[in-house]
Amino acid sequence: MRDGIKLSLVAMGVVLVAGYFLGHGLTADNYAYFLSRRTPKVLAITLAAVAISASSLVFQTITNNRILTPSILGFDSLYVLLQTVLLVVFGSSSVLLINAYANFTASVVLMTISATVLFTLYFRRHRANIYTLLLIGIVLGSVFGSISQFFTLLVDPSEFAILQDAMFASFNNANRELVYVSVPVLAACLLVLYRLSNQLDVCLLGEDNATSLGIDTRRLTLKVMMVIAVMIALSTALVGPVLFFGLIVVSLARQMFVSYQHRFLIVATSVLAAFLLLSGQYVVEQWFGFETTVSVIINFVGGAYFLYLLTKNKF
Amino acid sequence: MKYLSIPVLVVLAILSISIGVAHVSLASLWAGDPEAWTIFTTSRIPRLLAICLAGAGLSVAGLIMQQICQNRFAAPDTTGTIDCALLGYVLTLVMFGGASQWLDLSVIVGMAMAGTWLFVHFLQRLKFKNTVLVPLIGIMYGNVVSSLTQFLAYKYDLIQTLQAWTVANFSSVLAGNYEVLFVAIPVCGIAYAYASQFSAASIGESFAKNIGLDYQKVVLFGVMVVALLSSAVVMIVGVIPFLGLIVPNVVSLFMGDNIKRNLPWTAFWGVVLVLSCDILGRVIIFPYEVPIAMIISILGGAVFIYLVMRDKANA
Repeated sequence: MRDGIKLSLVAMGVVLVAGYFLGHGLTADNYAYFLSRRTPKVLAITLAAVAISASSLVFQTITNNRILTPSILGFDSLYVLLQTVLLVVFGSSSVLLINAYANFTASVVLMTISATVLFTLYFRRHRANIYTLLLIGIVLGSVFGSISQFFTLLVDPSEFAILQDAMFASFNNANRELVYVSVPVLAACLLVLYRLSNQLDVCLLGEDNATSLGIDTRRLTLKVMMVIAVMIALSTALVGPVLFFGLIVVSLARQMFVSYQHRFLIVATSVLAAFLLLSGQYVVEQWFGFETTVSVIINFVGGAYFLYLLTKNKF
Repeated sequence: MKYLSIPVLVVLAILSISIGVAHVSLASLWAGDPEAWTIFTTSRIPRLLAICLAGAGLSVAGLIMQQICQNRFAAPDTTGTIDCALLGYVLTLVMFGGASQWLDLSVIVGMAMAGTWLFVHFLQRLKFKNTVLVPLIGIMYGNVVSSLTQFLAYKYDLIQTLQAWTVANFSSVLAGNYEVLFVAIPVCGIAYAYASQFSAASIGESFAKNIGLDYQKVVLFGVMVVALLSSAVVMIVGVIPFLGLIVPNVVSLFMGDNIKRNLPWTAFWGVVLVLSCDILGRVIIFPYEVPIAMIISILGGAVFIYLVMRDKANA
């Protein structure tokens, strides 16, 4: 089957599941209320799916590795930590925390700076052992988590309530305020990636080959890292940290689609991710009756799959 | 060093006993103040003993685990032992509702043993053994197990219980609820008696067999020791991250690899580390307390990353 046909099938799946979410139980009387509640939720899940999958895909390209994703290296927990630091430094009454837009802008700026620092730290040593990198990333992620926890003990319980949204955000209560402002931001990110996609394709040949073909890999890496930082901030703000999702989606997309072109793959993984997250949410709501969360399922499936990849050395 | 150790321990112990919200001074104890004595015997002394037993138990467990796995980064928290024990704990809550401590302990030990045994067995079959791959696989294995735990906890509304209780904290230790921890004393004694067998096993299966050792039996025995020690600590105190990992490593950094000689020192430094972190946690935001788990995880994470980085094979 050709890639285009597969992609349109998945896209139809997305439309079906999204349509079900928005439409079931809708009557002439309740549609205004239902839609106003459901649209942001479906939109948030879709946006987060796109952000997570596209960022993981290009991250794997610039690191030349098929097992790394930003969240496994601890970037999600970094976002939560930054939120906590904002609260501790500026207090809960600060504009930076109350106003969703100001908060988002501040977190994106901080995320970009610290992601660049973390990234250069990870890849400073040329060709660092991939397992060492992963281990350090995972441990750093848990250390960030502990530091945020530590700070939350120091602040007032009422101030902490503000933070709770950032730390335990879930698919059921997606951050509504942020949903609409995220659309243009995400679109801008995708546009940048789209324009860079030809260069990214060349990067698949390896850093040395890409350099000799006239690509400034350092500049490209830096640009892409900034876009990734924005996307991580966005997805974590919308639905909270989902550790293994990027890994599963990108890996599945690479198996499903023949193409290697980023121009196509970015779209394909995004659509696939939206389909998976939406239907995952459907499964949780319908089969498990809200008795579990999507992230638990993702952690179980994704963790098992990651283990398999590690032991088979298949990447 | 040897001559300093006892005074250091005594000073830390006295500090630990005299710090607290209720005022208990050595003078009032000497004067025979009954209220001071009650606080002393029901809270301060049990807390001190619990700290010593947990610190020594987990560090020794880490040392034994490193011998069995032939890997310096193997410890109860990087081999899934702790996560399996947690799963066992949630199972006891669901099945028996915490009927009796000893029944709980046996279920938890059973789960921890089964889980650790599975992991060790898996390691023995793995052909490709990079030093950092072992903890990486172990952490992922733990992640998968803990997502099962979370699934159960979510289903039976135990998330809060689990969260409150997994964060290690000695403040809830009172006379009458921590006695299970005394299991650590005989088990550490047995570990010491069999130390030379563990160190023979750590050289490898074929060597151990050559000198007439029943390798699988020694490994199984080690798994039992590790599971018992870490289960008792997990059940009474909660999860103390990185302890079993850093203490044996730092001790062997300074004292070499003679396990028979190192084992008492590992236990000693485990006690000193936990005691000092506990004291720090109690004074840092006095009169409130920072759970020891957070302090150790920030400190231990840093030390762990340092250990991984200085390992030249991974550079």
